[in-house]
Amino acid sequence: MSLRLYAAFIYVFLYAPIALIVFFSFNAGRYAMDWQGFSLDWYGRAFTNPIVTKALVTSLMIAGSTAVIATVVGTLCALGLERMRGWLRQLFDALIYVAIMVPGVVIGISTLIAFVTVFDAVNPALEAVGMARLQMGLWTVIAAHVLFNLAVVVLIIRARLAGMDRSLVEASEDLYATPFATFRQVVLPALLPSILAGFLLSFTFSFEDFIIAFFVAGPNTTLPIYVFSSIRRGVTPEINAIGTAVLLTSLALLMLAQFLLRARARAL
Amino acid sequence: MAASLPSSRSKVVTTLLVAPAGLFFLFLLILPLIVVIIYSFGARAEAGGYAPAFTFDNYANLPARGQAFINTLTLAPLGTLLTVLFAYPLAYFLAVKANERLRTLLLVLVIVPFWTSQLLRYYAWIMILGSKGIPSWLAWIGMTDVRIINTPWAVLIGAVYGFLPLMVLPIYVSLEKLDKRLLEASADLGADAPRTFWQVTLPLSLPGVATGSMLVFILLMGEYILPQLLGGGKVFFIGNALVDLFLQSRNWPFGAAVSTALVAIMFVTIAVYMRFVLSRGDTRRAALV
Repeated sequence: MSLRLYAAFIYVFLYAPIALIVFFSFNAGRYAMDWQGFSLDWYGRAFTNPIVTKALVTSLMIAGSTAVIATVVGTLCALGLERMRGWLRQLFDALIYVAIMVPGVVIGISTLIAFVTVFDAVNPALEAVGMARLQMGLWTVIAAHVLFNLAVVVLIIRARLAGMDRSLVEASEDLYATPFATFRQVVLPALLPSILAGFLLSFTFSFEDFIIAFFVAGPNTTLPIYVFSSIRRGVTPEINAIGTAVLLTSLALLMLAQFLLRARARAL
Repeated sequence: MAASLPSSRSKVVTTLLVAPAGLFFLFLLILPLIVVIIYSFGARAEAGGYAPAFTFDNYANLPARGQAFINTLTLAPLGTLLTVLFAYPLAYFLAVKANERLRTLLLVLVIVPFWTSQLLRYYAWIMILGSKGIPSWLAWIGMTDVRIINTPWAVLIGAVYGFLPLMVLPIYVSLEKLDKRLLEASADLGADAPRTFWQVTLPLSLPGVATGSMLVFILLMGEYILPQLLGGGKVFFIGNALVDLFLQSRNWPFGAAVSTALVAIMFVTIAVYMRFVLSRGDTRRAALV
């Protein structure tokens, strides 16, 4: 009984802060914890604020590209590692864990230094032949995000590959399917839920990352960078409105993904 | 089929499959980390940034940021421990006591907050712990001048809040896998419920506790947002020192030395910890056989 009470307490602990954000997003007043009546003003202001909409578009572009590239490269890598033995495979295993364990702040720093070093080396030559200088932009953020998320995708896909029923693959081979047909008709459908999970995770991690983008985004502002700097400038319900909108959208997308997977499972 | 293919062609396919990932790892992980290590032996250029040199000065200078190391190395383990203490009873409730039909829903409800932005969740705690939140309620019952925000307590509360979901899941999995017949056997042999818990349930769930602690510890060691928002720049971690060194004071070689030290501490801790957990696991398996 007391355990049930404890569980209830933890759920309140988990959800009260989120409820607070949502509640004060409808505040008519200007200050975060000072209720002045109901209003949708802050939603209007947030989504007509050109800085916010531009940051949102930037974040969506980064997260979308990161998720696509990390999922493709990660899935290929997991399939390749399955066929590999020996020291090279151990090297990849080690690299995957290093990529996950190195803190985001260090990934930000090391990629920043690497980009700056390359830019300093290449830019004089590019200028000499009249081409544009290389500089920090969305692509530097995407590259750094892919590095981290690629490792996550490999782990997810490999967990699924390890749990896969090998006899299906063997049956397909016995029935004279080419390796590619076996891949397309047996392996890929079995991997699809994990590929989707990897895609969603990469998208979320990239969309919500602050620290790596803080280092390598150059003059660009992503949504987390905007939210972080507004929190430090002093809080207004505008942040609550942005947060609530993002929260509802991501929950809706997660439920949609869940629904699609279930529908697929029923169809099979 | 695969075996009958010429093995050289099969090797080419394998290489092509892993090559893109290999290029990412080479150019964005290995080479950058090597450059950081090289920088850590360099000198600061006049206008900030890096000037080539070979000196151990940056490492000798690490105590200048000693407070950041002390804060990280006390609050990260402490935060991990508190998260275990808060997560374990919930995981136990979910795995053993919860209603079967509600279990999945309750599990999903633990994970959902983890999918919402970390920035926003800490922002909510700024409101709750700030002067208009809990301290103002405490003042109302006569406890004036309580300050929580920008103290180590705020950082610890944030750590438990932020990482509880990540801790509950692995503990839940290990408790769920636990063979319930062992509990019956323990009861049949005359152990009461607390004794069964301490001698059977808890030891068998330690692998889950170890996995969760590892995850949370790694993430806490590299935190920047949590100490920045809830510690208000007063309770700063190594991550905050790094942002300052690279983006404000622009002392890159010293920052590189601090990064190298952080990563080295993390890898040593993880290696020692894995060794300890794995060797314990072996003795436990041996004891069960």
